[in-house]
Amino acid sequence: MAKILMKGNEAIAQAAVSAGCEAFFGYPITPQNELIEYMAKYLAKNNGVFVQAESELAAINMVYGAAGAGARVMTSSSSPGIALKQEGISYCAGAELPVVIVSVSRGGPGLGGILPSQADYNQATRGGGNGDYKVMVLAPNGVQEATELVRKAFELAEKYRNPVMVMADGIIGQMMEPVEINPEPLPPVDRPWAAEGQRGRAQRNVVNSMNLDAYKLEQHNRDLQAKYERMEREDVMYETVQTDDADVLLVAYGTPSRIVKSAIATLREQGIKAGLFRPKTLLPFPSKQLKAAAQGKQFVLVAELSLGQMLVDVKLAIEGTVPVHFYGRTGGVIFEPSEIVDAVKSHRKGD
Amino acid sequence: MIKGRVSFNEDTCKGCGLCVSVCPVKILKLDTSRVNAIGYTPAFCFEPEKCIACSSCALICPDVVITVERLES
Amino acid sequence: MSVIFKKTKGLTDTPFTYCPGCTHGIIHRLVAEVLEELNIIDRSVLIASVGCSVMSYEFFNCDAVQAAHGRAPAVATGVKRVRPDSIVFTYQGDGDLASIGTGEIVQAAHRGENITVIFVNNAIYGMTGGQMAPTTLPGQVTTTSPYGRDTHLQGEPIRISEMIATIPGAAFVERVTVVDPLTIRKAKTAIKKAFEVQLRNGGFSMVEVLSSCNIGWGLSPVDSLKFIKDKMVPYYPLGNFKDKGVQS
Repeated sequence: MAKILMKGNEAIAQAAVSAGCEAFFGYPITPQNELIEYMAKYLAKNNGVFVQAESELAAINMVYGAAGAGARVMTSSSSPGIALKQEGISYCAGAELPVVIVSVSRGGPGLGGILPSQADYNQATRGGGNGDYKVMVLAPNGVQEATELVRKAFELAEKYRNPVMVMADGIIGQMMEPVEINPEPLPPVDRPWAAEGQRGRAQRNVVNSMNLDAYKLEQHNRDLQAKYERMEREDVMYETVQTDDADVLLVAYGTPSRIVKSAIATLREQGIKAGLFRPKTLLPFPSKQLKAAAQGKQFVLVAELSLGQMLVDVKLAIEGTVPVHFYGRTGGVIFEPSEIVDAVKSHRKGD
Repeated sequence: MIKGRVSFNEDTCKGCGLCVSVCPVKILKLDTSRVNAIGYTPAFCFEPEKCIACSSCALICPDVVITVERLES
Repeated sequence: MSVIFKKTKGLTDTPFTYCPGCTHGIIHRLVAEVLEELNIIDRSVLIASVGCSVMSYEFFNCDAVQAAHGRAPAVATGVKRVRPDSIVFTYQGDGDLASIGTGEIVQAAHRGENITVIFVNNAIYGMTGGQMAPTTLPGQVTTTSPYGRDTHLQGEPIRISEMIATIPGAAFVERVTVVDPLTIRKAKTAIKKAFEVQLRNGGFSMVEVLSSCNIGWGLSPVDSLKFIKDKMVPYYPLGNFKDKGVQS
């Protein structure tokens, strides 16, 4: 299959339906509108389900219902909209439903702006819903990888019966890149727990997150926790670039990691050996791998389009073994490679 | 004259008395002399031969305690 | 000799957890009887809500999805859209439907969502201990309107059925009650019609049932039914507000 030039939002939508997404429930919000528009256009003509919900709150609850009935479903939104979805995401996690949520994030807080940002790292990895739950978070660095990770998100959601969020910064949503989308639908997955009417099945199925028995609820939470630990063992994803000989380790994710790569090239031209560690799963965070990669480096510099959110996870991972510095821009401002170069130089001993 | 018979699944009765209030022939009451398995004074029929099989008691019972039979004759 | 009234197969063997005399039980039974009579238990999906009926999924003998507070119509939309052969119904109280979930109920009706809504209105938040609801009557004392609902500060009670009936997507809207054998029979007829609308893909159907909360109201079970008749029905008139005639 030849590569085609596609806008990120549309490529994500196409990748989802190619993977076998049957139903989409969403609400317009910039900068993810092309995604919901593509879904509206495509699903109506291909036996799919598309509903423009009255709110993000309703959309995620429609996703909860459709996933509960056994369908392969997805929703998408952007920062303030993801905030509204948090209630439903908690319910999906509690009821152990496989759902995919695409977050094309923009600047905040509040209404914020509509330009790209990574200020929703905490929103994605810590969430705002109630309870001891976690959502897997995948962070692509461009349009091609976004299509791959959306597909992967469905696989992981079904493997773990858990919500999976693809956190695409607004740059990915809005830029066009050549992509090749896997056209093969994912194999259907048995969902013997789905509530779609008994139809002769012996037991009644109830999709539910409520449990009034404290001991049973505690056990349920322990079971969820075991699942999260398994994610960490089996499905952590990350990329390293020129880390082995590096004196300085840069940590970045999403599209900004590509800006950091340019900075690394410049730094190396100037004789400063820098390398990149890029988490592709923000949750589970590749803590062990990052700690190992950081050993022996002069320092670590975290670069984010926020004022330091992944920074906390990096520090937790490194456990004080190597100094950790930070450079970030926010509000929709995107750093230039030269800013990263300058930031690295400012922390170099003896420069 | 239609005859009926009401039977109570006594241990699920919560003694709310709604059946007593709607019985047109006034043959139901709460048995205040004892409590059932869930701690309530259950309803019972004290003049079963007067039941007319109207099902009113069963219709208003919130806990589906009552079964009604019509006796053919 | 023949049995003319026995417990429907539409209910499980789990005893109701409702307070003695609470008419939720009657409404549960009527809905379950309708499911059995229409032979749809096996393909029905209950969307349980939050409030006293939060555990209704324990009582209806069919598949169920438990929804967040107020979101049952959105959850029902999700289920029905991906499984259009399933019969999908929500069971919601007035705190759930008339307060936190007004957006979801209005928009589900607006889309003409082919679902059935059983709306139980008892003018109070029962589960949380008897707080004021949007449906609480003027002057009615609750734990959050301890001096009686003051309509200047807290508004006039909202009439949901009348409002929903104005929405083009609503195919069937009726208000009933369950205070005596006659009204109970009428309530069942309305519930059956509502499900028949869905069976014929007729669009959104809703039955509002005026129900009691004797504990929250501080009345005996029998006096609670009198309260519905004497106080609620005058404000919330019984009857059909919308019938596109698709059920037959």
